[in-house]
Amino acid sequence: MLEWLLSPLSYTFMQRGLLAAVLVGILCAVIGCYVVLRSMAFLGDALAHAILPGVAIAYLLGGNLLIGALVAALVVALSISFLSRKGDVKEDTAIGILFSAALALGVALISSIRTYAVDLSHILFGNVLGVSSANLWLIAILTVIVLSILLVLYRPLLVVSFDPVLATTLRLPTSLLRSTLLVLLAITIVVSLQTVGISLVAAMLVTPGATAYLLTRRLPIMMLLSGLLGTLASIIGLYISYYLNIVSGSAIVLVSTLFFLLAFFFAPRRGLAWNIFHHKPIGAK
Amino acid sequence: MKNIVINSEPARLEFDRVSIAYHGAAATLQDVTFEIAHGDQVAVVGPNGAGKSTLFKALVGLLPLRSGSIRIHGMPLGHHQDCVAYIPQREEVDWRFPVRVQDVVMMGRYGKFGWWKRPSATDHAIVQHSLTQLGIADLARHPIGELSGGQQQRVFLARALAQEPHILLMDEPFTGIDATTQEITLQLLNDLRQKQVTVLVSTHDLTLAAERFDKTLLLNHRIIAYGSRKEVFTTANIAAAFGGQVLHLDNDLVIDQCCPGKGDSHA
Repeated sequence: MLEWLLSPLSYTFMQRGLLAAVLVGILCAVIGCYVVLRSMAFLGDALAHAILPGVAIAYLLGGNLLIGALVAALVVALSISFLSRKGDVKEDTAIGILFSAALALGVALISSIRTYAVDLSHILFGNVLGVSSANLWLIAILTVIVLSILLVLYRPLLVVSFDPVLATTLRLPTSLLRSTLLVLLAITIVVSLQTVGISLVAAMLVTPGATAYLLTRRLPIMMLLSGLLGTLASIIGLYISYYLNIVSGSAIVLVSTLFFLLAFFFAPRRGLAWNIFHHKPIGAK
Repeated sequence: MKNIVINSEPARLEFDRVSIAYHGAAATLQDVTFEIAHGDQVAVVGPNGAGKSTLFKALVGLLPLRSGSIRIHGMPLGHHQDCVAYIPQREEVDWRFPVRVQDVVMMGRYGKFGWWKRPSATDHAIVQHSLTQLGIADLARHPIGELSGGQQQRVFLARALAQEPHILLMDEPFTGIDATTQEITLQLLNDLRQKQVTVLVSTHDLTLAAERFDKTLLLNHRIIAYGSRKEVFTTANIAAAFGGQVLHLDNDLVIDQCCPGKGDSHA
């Protein structure tokens, strides 16, 4: 058993991959609590896809792909908040417009690059075992920065998410906080690029938070649980990926989904099975 | 929020020719001018969609004014030092949010003790006292989603109390609640009168407005009447505010408030 657990770690790429997967797992899961509570799942998915042109341009210019992605995500995040703040365009409409425009631009740019096919699949589905040590450092630094900001802004973000009117009466800069959360989300997505790719980021953001939500009714505990679930899913997923030779991002997301289903059916008090066992109608409080 | 000195002279709340319109729509509030003296309790009455919620949201600074100005304590919105607490309508709150009753009430203290400090013993005592006063101390550790409608409303009343406000706005606190909550809410209003808190309450209950409040503001996009019970509750005023919803039965007026009038939406 120990041998089974340790042998993959004799490879440097596995050590780096595991570290990256765990960092991304925690980061996505914690900020994902806000994504779940503020119904930002669509936004997260859109931001992930909007990264594509940034990556393509960085590739064309021969720069760092992560930095290209970061710039693109920030531009799109701030544009969404700018477009919808004026009030003429609803937020989900603004997201829809910018998301498809960015994706189209990305595909257009990439189709002009002949040799891009292999790298593109890495961007779409991630390649956690190919994380370079420079990128691992970047992931670690960004993870620490985002988590620290979330910690420092815990109370303002709690109030602005739960009760925007109270936030206004307490004189919080509500739109600045909203934009900050958007920027943090954009950074998170870019950080996740390497492990799960843009097509699966939404699952990393939403699933652990949604699972934790079924298990508790307190935000700090929800965040802790979510982070724990995200970490576990990343570790188990990576081992499955190593031994069964499955794409790592898919394995991580599938494990995470399994956790969610377990909680959905067996969570104390709210799970389906619990309700049936206690002869309560489904959905009753 | 340091060192607020409430003057002994009336802390006025002034609306000066305020108009508010949502994008492209007709004005929700039109040329609204009135003054509320320090410590007054005012009922805001009018048909559905008359702009009662809009009035409150404007006071909190949530809606841009098309014209006119609002002054609190003589200072324009955004510059005043008063603490304004707002109790939203129940439908506006996300009751599935993972917070407990005591967490919600403590939010009312955030503005006082700072966003990054730990709550002091005083803060905890104030939260506890607010919970006790509203009869929900035993529910402190429950998630808000598990409470009944009346209890949920009392959580928000407790939070407003913990804010120690100078001005309290309550949007439809008497709609769809149990008798206990109504009684506790009315007791709270009496208590706030002692503390000289200026209170604005929107309600559909005209009897309550006439009997329990110093003044009534009769609103239907513009001000129909504002003043004491005698000045406001005249047949002509009620007819002007409620229009086709008024039925004349002998000498009594009956107002059909179930069905909103034409084109009204709940603003």
